[in-house]
Amino acid sequence: MGHFHFHGGLVDEDTKAIDPKNLRRLLRYVLPYRSQFIWGVLMMLLATGAGLAGPWLIRTAVDDYILVGDYQGLSVIAATYVGLHLFSWVANYTRQLLIARVGQSVIFDLRRDLFAHLQRLSFRFFDRTPAGVLISRVVNDVGAVQELVSGGILSVITDVVTLTGIILLMLSMNWRLALISFVTIPVMGLLANAFRLRAGRAYRKVRTQIANVTANLQESISGVRVTQSFAREQANLERFDRTNQDNMQANMEAVSVFSMFVPLVEVTGSLGTALVLWYGGRLFGAGQVEAGVIVAFMLYVQRFFGPIRDLTMVYNELQAANAACEKIFEIMDEVPEVIDRPGAVEFSRVSGEIVYDNVSFAYVDNQYVLRDINLHVPVGSRVALVGPTGAGKTTMVALLARFYEPVSGAVLVDGVDTRDATIKSLRHNMGLVMQDTFLFSGSVMDNIRYSRPEAGEDEVIAAAKAVRAHEFIMRLPERYETKVRERGVKLSVGQRQLISFARALLADPRILILDEATSSVDAYTEVLIQEALERLLSGRTSVVIAHRLATIRRADQIVVLDAGRIVQQGRHEELLAQDGLYAHLHAAQFGLRG
Amino acid sequence: MKILVRLLRYTGKYWAWTVLGVAAMCGGLVTRLVVPQLIQRSIDFGIFGQDSALLLRMVGYIVLAAVIGGLIRFVDRYSMEYMCQRVIYDLRNKLYDHLQTLSFSFYDEAHTGQLMSRVTADVETLRRFLSRGIIGLLENTLLLVSVVIILFRYHAGLAAASLVMLPFLAWAVVQFGRKVRPAYWAIQAQVATMTATLQENITGVRVVRSFARETEEEAKFEVENRAYQERQLTAVRLSAFYLQLMDFLSNFGIAVILLYGGRLVISQVLTIGTLVAFTSYLTQLMMPLRMVGFIVSLSQRATAAGERVFEILDTRPEIRDEADAQPLPPVEGRVTLERVSFGYGHTPDELVLREIDLEVPAGTTVALLGATGSGKSSIINLVPRFYDPTAGRVFIDEHDIKHVTLESLRRQIGMVLQETFLFSASIRENISYGRSSATQQEIEEAAKAAHIHDFIISLPDGYDSRIGERGVGLSGGQKQRVAIARALLMDPAVLVLDDSTSSVDTETEHLIQRALANVMRGRTTIVIAQRLSTIKNADEIVVLDQGRIVERGTHEDLLGREGIYRQIYDLQLRQQEEGER
Repeated sequence: MGHFHFHGGLVDEDTKAIDPKNLRRLLRYVLPYRSQFIWGVLMMLLATGAGLAGPWLIRTAVDDYILVGDYQGLSVIAATYVGLHLFSWVANYTRQLLIARVGQSVIFDLRRDLFAHLQRLSFRFFDRTPAGVLISRVVNDVGAVQELVSGGILSVITDVVTLTGIILLMLSMNWRLALISFVTIPVMGLLANAFRLRAGRAYRKVRTQIANVTANLQESISGVRVTQSFAREQANLERFDRTNQDNMQANMEAVSVFSMFVPLVEVTGSLGTALVLWYGGRLFGAGQVEAGVIVAFMLYVQRFFGPIRDLTMVYNELQAANAACEKIFEIMDEVPEVIDRPGAVEFSRVSGEIVYDNVSFAYVDNQYVLRDINLHVPVGSRVALVGPTGAGKTTMVALLARFYEPVSGAVLVDGVDTRDATIKSLRHNMGLVMQDTFLFSGSVMDNIRYSRPEAGEDEVIAAAKAVRAHEFIMRLPERYETKVRERGVKLSVGQRQLISFARALLADPRILILDEATSSVDAYTEVLIQEALERLLSGRTSVVIAHRLATIRRADQIVVLDAGRIVQQGRHEELLAQDGLYAHLHAAQFGLRG
Repeated sequence: MKILVRLLRYTGKYWAWTVLGVAAMCGGLVTRLVVPQLIQRSIDFGIFGQDSALLLRMVGYIVLAAVIGGLIRFVDRYSMEYMCQRVIYDLRNKLYDHLQTLSFSFYDEAHTGQLMSRVTADVETLRRFLSRGIIGLLENTLLLVSVVIILFRYHAGLAAASLVMLPFLAWAVVQFGRKVRPAYWAIQAQVATMTATLQENITGVRVVRSFARETEEEAKFEVENRAYQERQLTAVRLSAFYLQLMDFLSNFGIAVILLYGGRLVISQVLTIGTLVAFTSYLTQLMMPLRMVGFIVSLSQRATAAGERVFEILDTRPEIRDEADAQPLPPVEGRVTLERVSFGYGHTPDELVLREIDLEVPAGTTVALLGATGSGKSSIINLVPRFYDPTAGRVFIDEHDIKHVTLESLRRQIGMVLQETFLFSASIRENISYGRSSATQQEIEEAAKAAHIHDFIISLPDGYDSRIGERGVGLSGGQKQRVAIARALLMDPAVLVLDDSTSSVDTETEHLIQRALANVMRGRTTIVIAQRLSTIKNADEIVVLDQGRIVERGTHEDLLGREGIYRQIYDLQLRQQEEGER
């Protein structure tokens, strides 16, 4: 008694219909492992049978041997009892292992497929789906399915078998006593169901409240500097105290549900025992039942509750898994927009001529962010894209790397429509340096090498030297082997940028796309970055979203974008001379009086 | 152990609930122990003895014992849980309160996530220990001892025989704790690793794609995915083995009762009823044994959690009011640094400021310039006393800030820092953060001066619009202007600003400029300057290098000197100047 684990069933899905389509699709993942699954079910049947036989053996021992005085028979029964449970041990162990293997394999496959699919999905998808949601799909939702596959499905079968088994055994031993004992079954069913509903509600509240506590805390800790600056500690404490109190109250509600339920079940259980004893005693007096049967019945009535409780949870579990499946399959059904066409050509090393031929683009239907863009970037030349926020600069370079495809028109590299080339070969010819340098967990070496995993150490160092990153890397605690990201050193914005330059240089791409960072770095780093930039850009075709005057001035042509159109085009001096957007932007960006 | 004792001290306030819980637990124990006896009598005298009146009475007692036991158990659980929830509530408030007093130096080193898990997860572990750990240990020990005594009083031989498997069971419980629980922890650790890999892949998707590294990423994930699967299977294998073993061992005990007890019944030493009672006591014995293992691990985890929680409570805030601190009266705003040295570390060679002498007359502006690490931010942090100087003193008017209360000091200093932090609350609440009593009109005036009013009223809910995660997303420039309004509303005599914003578009840039000019007017301002306009408008420019003031003067003075300022100007500022032409 006292085991009331309501595993996994208490989910906060309200009454939502279960779509059999989802479960069928999930079943397809189980199919490859069906033989293991069937063996598992077989083992389960054997183990359950062995478990149920226990009280029956005790009945035999009492009625046929103890009361008769048969020592020999008693020894045989005791030995059988041990043997049976030895067998049940093995069978249960095997069953759990088999089923776990099936469940884990399904989960493994599901996660692998999901991850692989994410690698194919287009940027448009990532634009609208927060990273947290995707992570939760792959980790939590797949986890919810795991509950069902490795526990739920089988436990339903086990419960039904157990319950039916007990009922049949009892009926066969003595139907009158059996029928009386069954009175507790519906009571327990009602109790379990009432509890399920109430506990579910209480838990939802607890979860909401603890989430509130966490949110409050998160904000308070990250904002602690502001709090102290404004001397707001007391007001904050009062706010936290309210949240904390709500949380306590929600917990107490859940506690009272639990504290009430456990004793109620125990009372019902004793009621069963009392009924068996009382009615069994009467039948015994009338010679209609043997003593052993009564003993066996007392053991059986105690086994009612487990399966009943579990069965009431099944629907919840199915609902949870259904909801999880729905979310998982929704991602799986997402069609990658940018994929290799049949017969796409492999670029080998391109020379690097870029043409935008009448390109228009919209992220959302009909809301164009680029219109009729025509631009020719000769081999080895440098284009600077300039314009206010939202003018379409980022979109232009994203189209070049084919993260998106134009709605109309085409982007050509070396005269080939980028859509007719394989994505991989196209991107191998391109280097991308983004504003926020993303570093992967690993060493500095790993991060530079990310663009070309087969590069030797000397090549990595050479690249780092070329972009002036070597110097600061050598000052890091473990030089090139220094870990970055979690539990690693913190690199400054400027340092991260230099690493991303080295990364791009190592790949030695023909075309370089650069989104110049704007965050302020100190003067020394600024000099380093400008020098490194020159090294990186020289001898390549480059498209730069430019923020630095120096970069803009050295461009072969400046393209001024506004609201998705090219409004001006030319060299720095030419554009400055015109009284257009460029002159205006230039004045605003590089100098303003208060 | 010390940790747990210290935790227990928190329960002192609620001793009445604890006493009630323990008393109820003992009562519940008695009702549970009495039931097998009742069953035995029912069988022996009621059924075999054919005494139907006695049978009915016994059966009635059984139900009565269950009802009383149920009620008592409700009281036990409820009162213990109530006590724990109160303790945990107190502890959380205390932690929160304490966290707010801790100094910047503490937060420089602490991770938000870790602090949060201490206040949530660790405290939750403590609760579990308090609610079931100690009382559980007591309950199960009592149960174990009483059952053994009862069994021996029935029949010593049979008791000894049926308890033969007890050592094996104990061994299995120990093994379970030693092997199975670590296996489950290993799963958790692997989930964390897998999630980290995933998160990196998703947040770094642009880099992954641009270098066409999808295949390698899949391989990387597959390794973690596989490791997770294997750890799961290991845990299942171990737990299935030991749980089934325990099951088998208890059934072995029942087989012994059947064999030996059955013989005793045949030779009329024992009755059938005793046999049944024996079996049912033996079943009751299994729970405590399993629970002991659980409780041991619970207390281990609680010790670890308690250590982490108390570590926070034991951290003394470095910056706190002196014993004789006086409130700072309204000041004019002259700020003086007198031979101030400062270091974040503890050794003298880690000093980031060395013997700084600086006087900012009331109502004037000083612009700080210098490379990263030159000490600009440190100066700004010393004025509101976020840190204390290692040597030297800081004055506002003639008051040494060390001898005034923190609250009164900070209320007279307005701050706009580089990384603008806003709370997820309404815009109104954010602006009035430092002065909750402000009227709507005052708030609007501040917002107007910060050039954010027009934007706010363009929002559907105006000043009541929520910002943050579930609300309106503000751009960097808008956030900064809200922060400026927030500082303005305090109407501080002294203002510290960090002017180095990351890129905003021209229009916003312009608005920020004007907002800053508004907020600085008539106040003593110390500003880390990045914009040429701010620098030029300053009454004094102070150039820092490696913790020392290397140059000071006005823009024109310094430009003529061909020093560091000139270099910085040529590298960074001149292009702004050129833009003006």
